[in-house]
Amino acid sequence: MPVENYEPVIGLEVHCELKTATKLFCGCPTTFGSDANTQVCPVCLGLPGTLPVMNKKAVEYAVKIGLALNCQIAKYSKMDRKNYYYPDLPKAYQVSQYDKPLNFGGHLDIITKDGTKRIGVTRAHLEEDAGKLIHAGGKAGRLDSSDYSLADYNRGGIPLVEIVSEPDIRSADEAYAYLTSLKSILLYIDVSDCNMEEGSLRCDANVSIRPKGTEKFGTRTEIKNMNSFKFVKQAIEYEIKRQAALLDKGERVVQESRLWDVTENKTKTMRSKEEAHDYRYFPEPDLVPIILPESYVQDIRKSLPELPSAKRARFVSQYGLSDYDGGVLTSEQELAAWFEEGAKQTKNAKAFSNWMMGDMAAKMKEQDKELKDLKFDQKKLCELVELIDAGTINSKQAKEVFAEMFDLGVSPAEVVKSRGMAQVSDPKAIEGAVDKVLAENPAVVADYKGGKQGVIGFLVGKVMQATQGKANPKLVNEILKKKLDS
Amino acid sequence: MEPFQKTIHEVSADLKSKKISSVELTKNVMDHLEKVEPKVQSFITVTRDEALRQAAEADKRLASGSATVLTGIPLGIKDLLCTKGVRTTCGSKMLENFMPPYNATVVERLNAAGSIMVGKTNMDEYAMGSSTETSAYQKTKNPWNLACVPGGSSGGSAACVSADQAFASLGSDTGGSIRQPAALCGIVGLKPTYGRVSRYGLIAFASSLDQIGPFSKDVEDCAIMMGAIAGHDPKDSTSADVPVPDYVAEMKKSAKGLKIGIPKEFFPDGLNKEVSEAVKKAIEELKKLGAEIHEVSLPASPYGLAAYYVLAPSEASSNLARYDGVRYGLRVPGENIVEMYSKTRAAGFGPEVKRRIMLGTYALSSGYYDAYYLKALKVRRLIKQDYDKAFEKVDVIATPTAPNPAFRFGEKTGDPLAMYLEDVFTVSINITGMPGLSVPCGLSKSGLPIGLQLIGKPFDEATLLRTAYAYEQATDWHKQKPSLREG
Repeated sequence: MPVENYEPVIGLEVHCELKTATKLFCGCPTTFGSDANTQVCPVCLGLPGTLPVMNKKAVEYAVKIGLALNCQIAKYSKMDRKNYYYPDLPKAYQVSQYDKPLNFGGHLDIITKDGTKRIGVTRAHLEEDAGKLIHAGGKAGRLDSSDYSLADYNRGGIPLVEIVSEPDIRSADEAYAYLTSLKSILLYIDVSDCNMEEGSLRCDANVSIRPKGTEKFGTRTEIKNMNSFKFVKQAIEYEIKRQAALLDKGERVVQESRLWDVTENKTKTMRSKEEAHDYRYFPEPDLVPIILPESYVQDIRKSLPELPSAKRARFVSQYGLSDYDGGVLTSEQELAAWFEEGAKQTKNAKAFSNWMMGDMAAKMKEQDKELKDLKFDQKKLCELVELIDAGTINSKQAKEVFAEMFDLGVSPAEVVKSRGMAQVSDPKAIEGAVDKVLAENPAVVADYKGGKQGVIGFLVGKVMQATQGKANPKLVNEILKKKLDS
Repeated sequence: MEPFQKTIHEVSADLKSKKISSVELTKNVMDHLEKVEPKVQSFITVTRDEALRQAAEADKRLASGSATVLTGIPLGIKDLLCTKGVRTTCGSKMLENFMPPYNATVVERLNAAGSIMVGKTNMDEYAMGSSTETSAYQKTKNPWNLACVPGGSSGGSAACVSADQAFASLGSDTGGSIRQPAALCGIVGLKPTYGRVSRYGLIAFASSLDQIGPFSKDVEDCAIMMGAIAGHDPKDSTSADVPVPDYVAEMKKSAKGLKIGIPKEFFPDGLNKEVSEAVKKAIEELKKLGAEIHEVSLPASPYGLAAYYVLAPSEASSNLARYDGVRYGLRVPGENIVEMYSKTRAAGFGPEVKRRIMLGTYALSSGYYDAYYLKALKVRRLIKQDYDKAFEKVDVIATPTAPNPAFRFGEKTGDPLAMYLEDVFTVSINITGMPGLSVPCGLSKSGLPIGLQLIGKPFDEATLLRTAYAYEQATDWHKQKPSLREG
């Protein structure tokens, strides 16, 4: 069966590190990249006799995530112990949430080529992170060939929210869209750095396939070790094909964890470091249950900023942007704010947005600049838009002006003035150039009169050349036509 | 009378009136400690030099007038309380050389009061036991008969107070580990309400049951110790933010009008006759002092032992999982991580600890959680309801502390269940979180102490102390001293 006859069923588990100042149960800092074991204390090392104390900010951030994902917030919730042995887990149990998570029953919407699709969020719960292991002496830091392992507990105890989607995702593209949408929301509510390279955002994918039109779920595999959204997409695509090939051969898919190998672009079976999967969950006796008054939740709800999907919808209706443009501009909060500040100062928000998404985005990427590095402000860009709309300069000239504004921070009016760029829109001036070009190109004129109307472009170009590009192209076209047709 | 034979309140007055200095007192105590230690074996670690240094500091405080009643008083600390820079073994090979980098909160509070630590006391390994026989280090002897156990798991803390090696000590009680040794050693022992005393720095056995409490020679000393250690601790999320009363003042109120409940379930037909008689006589004494005696019933309490032996090992199986040889404590190398874990834990833990870890792991495992752990939690609620109902009628409940006086070494080690039955009268109080106190109320024909257990409402340690004090002052059990002989 061709792979298109199978329907992929995908669920994503995203771990989001909260950007609280201190860890979930102790006062150690959560800064990334410090020397090993310098951000630890008896509590997060799980030394005998130590006890956890809940970080209020972490609970607040977790509720924020729940509200932003349209979840129900549990009135009564508790922490549980998830027991297993691994050297990066100091207490040999992770304090997490089992049967009464803080947030459940939510959703987020993604834009697909077929329109908006709603992906369910089963739950988003609070838990602590484990430390990090470095396997030394082997190939590429892999465990199986290493001589010894080193444990760094700086990361141990950092608060995480684990966000589990319903298995509503049906393609690698949808998975990618879900992740970008989720990341955008998390950045908007400012609860995490969402940096996959630093590990503050991690994703595991659960993938299975079933023949199209059937209801029964196929056997699923869990794919780990994908540290960019691009790799998530590639890994899912590969895994779907791999499972389809197996099923076509009459073989079964083995339920297992697989990792994404970036050098070979394949998913591979993980050497089983996983213990038996009975975590013997029981309620954490060292912590009291989390009981949130309605007023607490409402206060957090009120503190939420306008979220990406709401902002996008508003940009479309308020500024006449397309859905796509709205999506691009609201992908990052700072970008949306920059746009909106400019849109307020111009009559042509659409043109303003086009400059942002076109030349401005291109130059920012090329010069590795961020919004805060820009040498010009929205007012200057609005000025440029106005100069074009007024017909003072043409679009080709505008590109030059933009470049100078971007590189040097000069105002567009200044550039136009100093370079004498004001577009020539005086018909008398243009007529002179037009007459000259017509005289110099009799063959082309003949072609035009003979029926080849398209050659007018060539003539327009010649007139632009003759006027050092300053002529108003629309007028040139009009005047040429008039003269040619007469 | 030697200084070391006195009580805290007596010797504190001596220190205040400069009859003796803390350094002199500490030397007096330490010399006696070391003299009888070969017989009693209360201590895993003796901290003589540090004690004398602390005594010198205490003398400065006493001179400047900033002393408390505990300043300059030598105390024993059970070896599962973390003491910064002093090895803390939990009675186990696993932590033979573990040096905590911090102090338990109760240790900080005693230090702030200016008391002195003479050493870390012996205990059943990881607090699992009722005789101190499972210690990986030594057996502590009962000062009343060196051939008998002192009780457990805080056997060392009880024996050292009974033998005058310290004026008082701290122990821990998860199923009876303060009250039962107190009864067997003829001294006062109190398990506070769960949450009354901070557990920060107490090496955990069963998190929802453990509490730290004092052993003392009399009830007034118990009240003094409670005043020093009780109170909310922000480092312990399960510690209660409830004000601490003036226990010594409360203790001195009369027992007249106190309503005392006697639960029939705690006086079964087969109960040891000497225990039954001594306890009943004590209740009569309380009646003479003006207390009203009522019969109460706690029908679910016979299930307390079974519920305890599901809940406690379950939590222990999780609390003891961190001892894996990776970060601290014993490490036995292996070819891979699983081998290292297995070899380390096989070597580091004794058989009773292993037994309970296995029991607990089983009870929590998938498919059994509902039938065991969850069921035990429900039984817990039923037992609590019984007590709540009884406490509508009475102020205090009186029972025997232990089902028998001290037994001989090896008598119960062959049958774990026989040992577990030692806790039959004490466990339901841990399960429900209520406070319980044991006060001496008699001696058996063979001269072994018998204890009266008083159980109170949550955070009502004051009434327990009041009842016990009235009884104690009308009798002279607290003035009896052990012979330190083998019989």
